[in-house]
Amino acid sequence: MVTTEKPDYKVVGTRPIRHDGVDKVIGRAEYGADIRLPGMLPGAVLRSPHAHARILGIDTSRAEAHPGVRAVVTSADFPSRQGEEGEVGRADNVLAHDKVLYVGHAVAAVAAVDLHTAEDALDLIDVQYEVLPHVMDVRDAMLDGAPILDEKLRTANPDGSQGDTPTNVAQHIRYEKGDVEAGFAAADLVIEREYGTTMAHQGYIEPHNSTAYWSKDDEVTIWTSTQGLFAVRDAVAGMLGLPVKSVKVEPVEIGGGFGGKIPDYLSAPAALLSRKTGKPVQLTMSRKDVLEATGPTSGTHLRVKIGAKRDGTFTAMQAWMAYEAGGYPGSPMGAGTMCVFAPYDCENQLIDGYDVILNKPKTAAYRAPGAPASEYGAECVIDELAEALDRDPLELRMQNSATEGTQRADGFTYGPIGHEECLQAAQDSPHYQSELSGANRGRGVASGFWFNIGFETSMAAQVQADGTVPLVMGAVDIGGSRASAAMQLAEALGIAAEDVKPHIVDTDSVGFTFLTGGSRTAFANGWAAYECAMDIRRQLEERAATIWDCAGEDVSYGDDGVIRGPNDEDGAAQEFSFKELAAELPNTGGGIVGRADVSKTSHGPAFATHIVDVEVDPETGKVEILRYTAIQDAGTAIHPSYVEGQMQGGASQGIGMALNEEYIWDEKGRMVNSSLLDYRMPTALDLPMIDTIIVEVPNPGHPYGVRGVGEVPIVPPAPALHAAIYDAIGERMRMLPMSPTRILERTLPDDD
Amino acid sequence: MSDKIIVSATINDEPTDMLVSQRDSLLEALRAAAGALGVKEGCNDGNCGACSVMLDGRLVNSCLVMAAEVEGSEITTVEGIADADHLHPLQQAFLEEAALQCGICTPGFLVAAKALLDENPDPSEHEIRYWLAGNLCRCTGYDKIVRAVQQAAAGTT
Amino acid sequence: MQELRYAKVGSVDDAVAALQEGGPTARVLAGGTDIIVQARARARDIDLLVDVKGIDEVMQLSFDADGGLTVGAATPCYQIYGDAAVREHYPALIDCTTLIGGTGIQGRASLGGNLCNSSPSGDSLPVMYVLEATAELAGPGGRRTVPAEDFCTGPGRNVMQPGEFLVSLHFPPPAPNSGAAFLRFIPRNEMDIAVVNAATQLRFDGDAVSWARVSIGATAPTPLLVPEAAAALVGRPLSDESIAAAAAASKAAARPIADMRGSIKQRKHLAAVYTQRTIAIAADRARG
Repeated sequence: MVTTEKPDYKVVGTRPIRHDGVDKVIGRAEYGADIRLPGMLPGAVLRSPHAHARILGIDTSRAEAHPGVRAVVTSADFPSRQGEEGEVGRADNVLAHDKVLYVGHAVAAVAAVDLHTAEDALDLIDVQYEVLPHVMDVRDAMLDGAPILDEKLRTANPDGSQGDTPTNVAQHIRYEKGDVEAGFAAADLVIEREYGTTMAHQGYIEPHNSTAYWSKDDEVTIWTSTQGLFAVRDAVAGMLGLPVKSVKVEPVEIGGGFGGKIPDYLSAPAALLSRKTGKPVQLTMSRKDVLEATGPTSGTHLRVKIGAKRDGTFTAMQAWMAYEAGGYPGSPMGAGTMCVFAPYDCENQLIDGYDVILNKPKTAAYRAPGAPASEYGAECVIDELAEALDRDPLELRMQNSATEGTQRADGFTYGPIGHEECLQAAQDSPHYQSELSGANRGRGVASGFWFNIGFETSMAAQVQADGTVPLVMGAVDIGGSRASAAMQLAEALGIAAEDVKPHIVDTDSVGFTFLTGGSRTAFANGWAAYECAMDIRRQLEERAATIWDCAGEDVSYGDDGVIRGPNDEDGAAQEFSFKELAAELPNTGGGIVGRADVSKTSHGPAFATHIVDVEVDPETGKVEILRYTAIQDAGTAIHPSYVEGQMQGGASQGIGMALNEEYIWDEKGRMVNSSLLDYRMPTALDLPMIDTIIVEVPNPGHPYGVRGVGEVPIVPPAPALHAAIYDAIGERMRMLPMSPTRILERTLPDDD
Repeated sequence: MSDKIIVSATINDEPTDMLVSQRDSLLEALRAAAGALGVKEGCNDGNCGACSVMLDGRLVNSCLVMAAEVEGSEITTVEGIADADHLHPLQQAFLEEAALQCGICTPGFLVAAKALLDENPDPSEHEIRYWLAGNLCRCTGYDKIVRAVQQAAAGTT
Repeated sequence: MQELRYAKVGSVDDAVAALQEGGPTARVLAGGTDIIVQARARARDIDLLVDVKGIDEVMQLSFDADGGLTVGAATPCYQIYGDAAVREHYPALIDCTTLIGGTGIQGRASLGGNLCNSSPSGDSLPVMYVLEATAELAGPGGRRTVPAEDFCTGPGRNVMQPGEFLVSLHFPPPAPNSGAAFLRFIPRNEMDIAVVNAATQLRFDGDAVSWARVSIGATAPTPLLVPEAAAALVGRPLSDESIAAAAAASKAAARPIADMRGSIKQRKHLAAVYTQRTIAIAADRARG
């Protein structure tokens, strides 16, 4: 670990066993598909075989008459088709209304006595389609004359105006800083390149699922694998036309999400089926459904141009990028445009981004959404600049690094940030200091940036008479956030992490809490836990004052967990340990609950630098990773093991995206590799140990300096691998994934 | 509904009768008819390992076994790994090494890793990675999983 | 609507009878790693699975130095690669059985299943071809023996007649001074379907190659034997030139399709590369 200055924490920075761990290693942890309710019916979803078609009619009568079928629903069963326009719950994406916009688009759902019967009944639903021309490439979709998905769509222009003709370009964003033309004119060297990335999936191992029960008094309860209990509640209430108080979402464990479990696909249809049947209904996706019909990240097309002086100073940076949104607007283009040059300080920048709809599944967030693509383009050009200028690539980045006070093109000005510290740690690392030798071997480095976010978070903690503290929260735990919240509460109370028991509770039992995403949870939960603890400390001070019969201001709660009062009549010191005072609570006025509802904007940006060594088999184009080091500014690592885990997991997803993962389509717009056999995520045998160096430049906007760690590690792998492959075999791979097929395409002679 | 049969097997040392459809997989039967909900479905075609169980002493993907096939067999799932009193060393090592994040793949990894150590108590890193290549984890990048297996093998938990 | 029945049989005759009665929608269930997926996907009409794992002959594994190796059609991979005689005498079978699927798949998957699935990319098929394996079939008309290389007739298609099923595979004993090897190319290091695979067996008489077989997979509707590649090797000591000629022959013989797993150019190129690489390993093994 590389740490600047850190207070002497007792719990923060230690590695306790996570509170929810035992249930997960003995198979008892309850995930969404494990929900079993009396009378529960399984269901299945009918999906579009067409990439683009008008729905002329749906006849469900044969399916409804099939023995064992209990109900069939279509979009006509929605009381309204309002929902939210955002990605969380778009009714048309949950059950198609007038058009299907991609293969896999849900059209109808069936509940039956068993799953096989429900699946069989799908064949009995007659959907009349008018098949329309489809468009699958983002550049094709932007052309005049491209098949139009939504006749009503007009481009939202950067100046706030609307386009006046039907289009697939939903939005054009532009960020401008300084004078990019003058900047390029002042450069000694300008490099401009085009890049492409393909649609890629989050690849969580747990398929989506939802179980819903619609009671006779129109109260709906939902159990679903989601990153946002409240997000599902609000989306479902909107789609079903119910008051928010009538929808309750129960917490279940979530088997991975990475952004892909922010949108909800199954809860509203399950609820509609439950209303029709009077029984709880459970819908689960197959792996094929997950790949074809949930929200992967966008494929993109990028042009990046950077100018530099001979001494290495960047004089101008320009990017043009088009993001596939899928069937409905809302790609991560906005974040991609803000991130593209975010690690660097450059006076002159011009960034254009386009959000483009086309006949692919509606994209969703995926770990640092939008950033892996845009920063891949920028980092690859920087690697070429370093080569052309004969500079060490880390040193060139250091020379141009953003620092405190640097303003991004989108206007945001950084506080204290840790990019330079990451670069320095990379430079000093045993990995970078080592020699790499051997034929067809190469080393690459790259940096990455992600914002991190804050938003609403609610918690309540109650002090028990034995000094233990149950803690309830509303943020879904996707990989250890219960532990980090409990540790921060324990730190603030001066007690042991093991004395706190964190729970995630239903949406009626805790205040509104934003979803788990944006690397926000350790940050925002930490704030809430801290404020909960401060609330408890104030109340315990008052209670002690009552017991000691002194003024409240004469009692102080120390960070060591000792409550100190004025000396007694004999002049002896009066103090309680946390446990001693807790034991007094029942007889001195009852229990104490600490509460917090926070919405902090003081989140701290995260930077990372990765180093990778590869060996490329020139005869096969296969890239073997020999060594990998991930360096990242975590602000403060609350539980270093889980910070390392995020860095390693993010790196491995980035490696997958860089080397082998892609959506492959046939001419009819069908995904042809929708299985984990052919959608090739890294196996244990594809990766080496992933070394980590945690840099700690504390975020001044957090009581323990937390920044958030989950997302940025997915950003550097692709450009680092690009650089390493180039170093190994002299080929610049500008299309992701850099698969053996693509590498051989470049290296084999034409007549081979 | 007429195709239902009763399959009797020993599941985690308990003789169990499962009422199943003839077209149910062992995965479906374990979850629906035997209550072994620790056995997870990730892909249903043998490519993720989340449904790994031991069948008559052999590691298998339970999604690729028909329920009807296991009549008279012995099956161990993640629920059967620990003693009544303590966790299996692998379970303890997974906790200590933070070898799980979301936890959905963990039951399959534990069953597979136990099968490995039963057969090869001192595997190399490569042997661990090779043996576990049929179990996908999307959260950890495998580093801490491999370390946990190494730790359990070394008997240091 | 599809029903799926399960029947377990205890003898070859019972299996033949069950398959005959079941007609074209009946299938043999061995390891199940392909057939269960196919039955579930409803890609094929399958309504009866006849489980043959209760038949001793179908689960056997026996070797003797004179007669060779007999492997039951449903004998799982792990048993094959765990067998000392196989390890000693048929390393090419170790090559392929240790990389079919993950460990869990290897607990069930069988050579017989791989052959009956008749996929152009089946990883054990080139090994069977170069080891001169024969398949023993039982059917309503009795038993017959088919050379492995004559078994597949197209993707998913083979010579088996209605009511017939594969009982076992037989591998002749390895000739003196012989060696064989198998390799495949996949984008990951495990779990993938071969983009191209290849196997070679060489026999030496002194320095000269006296006999050779080369087979490549995933380059045509069925795995291919490449006699031209063998011819380029036989009758002379191995040399860079003869190996290159054999590799070129494989490339010329390959007539692959482009699909999600690879391009035509890539597959033709890899057919040459993997021919060359398996020749090198086979030669090393032959020389002990």
